[in-house]
Amino acid sequence: MTSRIVAFNLNGRDVEVIVKPLTTLQAVLREQLHYTATKAGCRQGGCGTCTVLVDGEPMLSCILPVEDIAGRRVVTLEGITPAEGLHPIQQAFFDHYAIQCGYCSPGMIMVIKALLDRNPNPTREEVMDAIAGNVCRCTGYEPIIQAAQAAGRQLSAR
Amino acid sequence: MSPIEPKHHIVGQSVPRRDGIGHVTGQTVYVDDISFPDMLHLKMVRSPIHHGRIRSIDFSEAEKVPGFVRVLTHADVPKNIYTILCLIGVGPDEEPVLAVDKVLYKGEPIAAIVAETEAAATEAVSRVRLDLEELPAVFDVEEALKPDAPVLKHWGTNYFVYEGHHCRRVRLGDVEKGFAEADVIVEEVYNTSPIEHAPTETTACVAKPEPNGRYTVYTNTQALFFTLDNTALILQIPFNKLHFVGGTVGGGFGGKVDVITEPIATLAAMKTGRPVKYRYTREEEMRVSSTRSAWRMYFKDGVMKDGRIIARKVISYADSGAYNRHTPYAVTKHAANVAGPYAIPNVYIDAYCVYTNRQPASAMRGFGVTPASFAIECQMDKIAQTIGMDPWEIRFINAYRNGDIKPHQKVVEDATLIEVMQAAARLVGHPLPERLMQMNSWDREKA
Repeated sequence: MTSRIVAFNLNGRDVEVIVKPLTTLQAVLREQLHYTATKAGCRQGGCGTCTVLVDGEPMLSCILPVEDIAGRRVVTLEGITPAEGLHPIQQAFFDHYAIQCGYCSPGMIMVIKALLDRNPNPTREEVMDAIAGNVCRCTGYEPIIQAAQAAGRQLSAR
Repeated sequence: MSPIEPKHHIVGQSVPRRDGIGHVTGQTVYVDDISFPDMLHLKMVRSPIHHGRIRSIDFSEAEKVPGFVRVLTHADVPKNIYTILCLIGVGPDEEPVLAVDKVLYKGEPIAAIVAETEAAATEAVSRVRLDLEELPAVFDVEEALKPDAPVLKHWGTNYFVYEGHHCRRVRLGDVEKGFAEADVIVEEVYNTSPIEHAPTETTACVAKPEPNGRYTVYTNTQALFFTLDNTALILQIPFNKLHFVGGTVGGGFGGKVDVITEPIATLAAMKTGRPVKYRYTREEEMRVSSTRSAWRMYFKDGVMKDGRIIARKVISYADSGAYNRHTPYAVTKHAANVAGPYAIPNVYIDAYCVYTNRQPASAMRGFGVTPASFAIECQMDKIAQTIGMDPWEIRFINAYRNGDIKPHQKVVEDATLIEVMQAAARLVGHPLPERLMQMNSWDREKA
């Protein structure tokens, strides 16, 4: 299995990585580049904790070969955190206690970012639909739904 | 109002989480975020069958996998026995760290393989050839107690022995006399399933040798010092050779309280002189890690037409799976609580901790009490229905008051059931008769 170089944009920065075939974006982020905000819950596309944005669309980095995103723009949770303070979605998660153990939070926040970017005022049902692929074992989801809607109101009021 | 007048400064207030900023920015460090440049990975060779004898193991093909470093078997483990129960005073210890000559459940660890990468370790595990003799297996608690069931334990039974007895027993009054005096007998059997905690973060640890001869172990255990003590006992090293570093647990719920990954990872670090990571796959978390026990509970209650329960007999069976872990302790807690928060003068409880060939059960929120509560409250509704009484009223009538004696001979000192039900009724807007709203946990009204 010959390794090859894959170039993509990570949080606004151009990066090149040397990977074997079928190396996942998750493995590249966490183990090569040490961007550990993207979590690994199942490594089989079942829990949503590893969600990142690829050209704005939420994708499961654990089953995404990094070769498939060559030349594209990847945004992780590190990429939406401002230099000072928090992104409105992060602030809403903090204010509404949408975090408990915190392990699903990075994936949840990225999924909600993708939702609010195309629909700043989602209904409760639209939020539930957006996070349907993301497993949370602590909160019971309700605070997450409330945080998503609060963040939407905050962003659209800007 | 109840005599308790709360004056709380924190309870009822929203307080910002101290770890919240780390969680929402992804900067909180979880154990799998920790890695070292020369770190090795450990994977387990696991039993593919539910019950069997190990005839031989052939590692020759596994050793040829590029990146293979070494294998660990039971012969490498200084004290090859999990010592969870000896530390809380409940014996006997019976679970090997690595299987010796038999396996009791599908997924039981037989040997550990350490390799340069996780992929190499996984590949090497797949090439280990196991020669096993399959034995009959049992998966039901009552089947396991039959005379012809395969015997799983070296002491010759499929149940935990409580101070010389076949189960945990609780006795108060004369239950048969109570049944004879009762207007109605209400019987039912309740079953609960084994439940996997399914934390979003799987069980993991990293053990790292330090230049001073100590080992730093990063782990997501829920029981840091308990795990340190167990690891030292298994490895037969002084406690001060170990430095355990805990941190944020990505969901536990009782599923990360058993000491399973740390001793073998630390042993691997000792044998290789390099940091070793051992992390469960999602499949291992679901299929191999401890679950909540499955329970079967037979209830028989003697009830008067006025709603008083005057006798309760419960025979409970907890499915401990193949090994003890924390289930014997959960059964004791279950036995102490399965009569419920109710004043019943005649109680008879037999609670069994039973071994089967399922993955080991252990702690999960409530430690044997949650299944009891499920059964008790279903039974209360059934009793209410049987005698034609409001389900709220039957609970008020039977609720224990301070000063009552619990079945295990403890005096009730902290009764709040009546006040909690009154508050719950107010919160959900369910009107209760004034008679029930006037009750409290301090005075038992005259019948």
